[in-house]
Amino acid sequence: MKFKVNNSEVYASTGGRPFDKKKPLIIFVHGSGLTHMTWVLQTRYFAFHGYNALAIDLPGHGLSGGESLKSIEEMADWVAAVIDAVGHKEASLVGHSQGCLVTVECTSRYPDKIKTLSLMGGAGAIPMNPQLLSLAENNDPKAVDLMMDWAHGPAGHFGGHPVPGLYHINTGTMLAKSRTIQNTLGVDFRACDNYKNGFEAAKKIKCPTLSILATDDKMCPVKEGKKLASLIEGSQIDIIDNCGHMMLLEEADRVLTVLKKFITTNYPPLSS
Amino acid sequence: MSDKKKELKPNTYKFDTLSLHAGYQPHKNAGSRQVPIYQTTSYLFDDVDHAAALFNLERGGHIYSRISNPTVGVLEERVASLEGGTAALATSSGMSAIFLAVMTLCEAGDHLVVSSQLYGGTVNLFRLTLPKFGIKCTFVKPRDTEGFKKAIQKNTKGIFGELVGNPGNEIMNMPEIAKIAHDAGIPLMVDATYQTPYLCKPFEHGADIVIHSLTKWMAGHGSSMAGILVEGGKFDWMQNDKFPTMTKPYEGYHGLSFAEEFGPTAFTMKARAEGMRDFGPCLSPQNAWNVLQGIETLSVRMKKHCSNAEEMVKYLMNHESVAWVSHPSVPDHPDHELAKKLLPNGRGSMIAFGIKGGKEAGVAFINNVKLASHLANVGDTRTLVIHPASGTHSQMDEATLKFAGLSHDMIRLSVGIEDIEDIKNDFEVGFRAARKPRLVSNQ
Repeated sequence: MKFKVNNSEVYASTGGRPFDKKKPLIIFVHGSGLTHMTWVLQTRYFAFHGYNALAIDLPGHGLSGGESLKSIEEMADWVAAVIDAVGHKEASLVGHSQGCLVTVECTSRYPDKIKTLSLMGGAGAIPMNPQLLSLAENNDPKAVDLMMDWAHGPAGHFGGHPVPGLYHINTGTMLAKSRTIQNTLGVDFRACDNYKNGFEAAKKIKCPTLSILATDDKMCPVKEGKKLASLIEGSQIDIIDNCGHMMLLEEADRVLTVLKKFITTNYPPLSS
Repeated sequence: MSDKKKELKPNTYKFDTLSLHAGYQPHKNAGSRQVPIYQTTSYLFDDVDHAAALFNLERGGHIYSRISNPTVGVLEERVASLEGGTAALATSSGMSAIFLAVMTLCEAGDHLVVSSQLYGGTVNLFRLTLPKFGIKCTFVKPRDTEGFKKAIQKNTKGIFGELVGNPGNEIMNMPEIAKIAHDAGIPLMVDATYQTPYLCKPFEHGADIVIHSLTKWMAGHGSSMAGILVEGGKFDWMQNDKFPTMTKPYEGYHGLSFAEEFGPTAFTMKARAEGMRDFGPCLSPQNAWNVLQGIETLSVRMKKHCSNAEEMVKYLMNHESVAWVSHPSVPDHPDHELAKKLLPNGRGSMIAFGIKGGKEAGVAFINNVKLASHLANVGDTRTLVIHPASGTHSQMDEATLKFAGLSHDMIRLSVGIEDIEDIKNDFEVGFRAARKPRLVSNQ
């Protein structure tokens, strides 16, 4: 579906079901340089089971208009504005990687709006390698190749996509290269590098929170995820073996099972 | 993530490693080092909710082996990885892969621009069979790059061609034809069977869909039929209104829009969800496994195929019984320079040559070689020969033969990986017989 936030057109996948204001809202926030398509193996399930599942394209990404937002704080405010724009008062947030920084900051700023928070491959801070940051800001496709290398665990490098026939490293590469790298990945990496408020924001979060971490995550290692989770009152942690940072693709089924239990328990669907 | 001195390099696996490992994780298969053959028709559901989720594309997984199979899935991922594609879909043969690709792209009333130099079976599909489905084609000679542009109509949905034409070895100028296709908002589909991804990765030169008959060099041993279509993931199906079946809600899956939901893998998802469901040209797990065995040694075999082919080109060019030789490695081949660009790792192992004495000499040659096998296949580890005008292209009339660039003296040679001296010695026997066709035929 398309709608406007701050006079700019926003695209959000609804997981194949029409948007229905009566249903509770889950917003999925993608990682650096990526798009709504990273969530396809999570959103369709929720969309067909009593929720509005909105996988958004951040401004300047995927099918959304406008320019990429330059700070995590701006993105956090923008996500809150999405909730208003689609006519809801509250939502459950799910973030991956950079999306975790955004959803942590959003939840701390708008505690009344956010009912549950699910973090995948999250950390309180994501400082960027200077070379990687420079490559992305200079529009070098090598930045995407490096990101996809680091983002997949050793097992994920061989493939094994849950959807038969799909090869996730190349799929992720195409998503990240679908728009100008410096305007998406470059801006996002800089926003991650600049963001310093993650740990303070985490301390303010009171809603049910789940952190899904992966043993082979080189981008946001387990110890960083645990550090963030330890600051969030009552936070749950689930750790996936033999999996890298792209857990939502590498172990899509496991992620969905954990996510389904957490969200349906803490933010029930509209019963049919 | 901090190391200022060392230049960062991606450590994703390279071609030879992917040939052996891509698409398979032993720890998810009881530790089995070899890919298991999942000889089964169907797969248990955890519960009703799980079943519904699989049918509705909410979760990944297998339902029924007509749609997907774990062994076949390994093959699909392996070929996608080698081609640099986002997704792949294996089928029972190369022809079914082409048909599936066309039917995923087109509807009745649509049009395709097609290279005229194709395998005879493919020509018949485009010329005779697709019109029965309301899909019309305009044929253009592969070197007539401007002709592809001129042939595009309002209802044209794509361009199709073999990267190296069968059997004449004409090479499509893929980068230029891709640009023509993309300027018109349509995809370029390339049959790259002769090259395999070891010799050429068409996505790097602008192709959008790559098709292989895996039966040939990929499997390599002449044992198993298989085909595959591979998606590059760059083509934007939503850029225009030419592809409503990709972009509009699809009734068959609760209003799913393949392009919106699956983006760089939309074509493959649609081909599987619709085409495999409705047409059912599924690959058997045993044949998928056989092809996987071939792919494990693809680069090793292709090097030997190509080196043997170059030796054979030299031998044939200097032979008194040979009128002409067509292979992209020959300096006066019209596409010699283009081949250097598109096929940097070798020019392939298909050679066409004309035998002095015409059809009669050709028949004598074919009937007298012993090591080389006379059969309707290419890309075997063994050397193969055929006389196209009386074999693969025999269903064509005289005019169509001429348009396809065929002549009655043409021998098609698929060079195997035997010892090169043994191949040459065998050919000497054939050529001797060809010089005395009447005497040999009376023996």
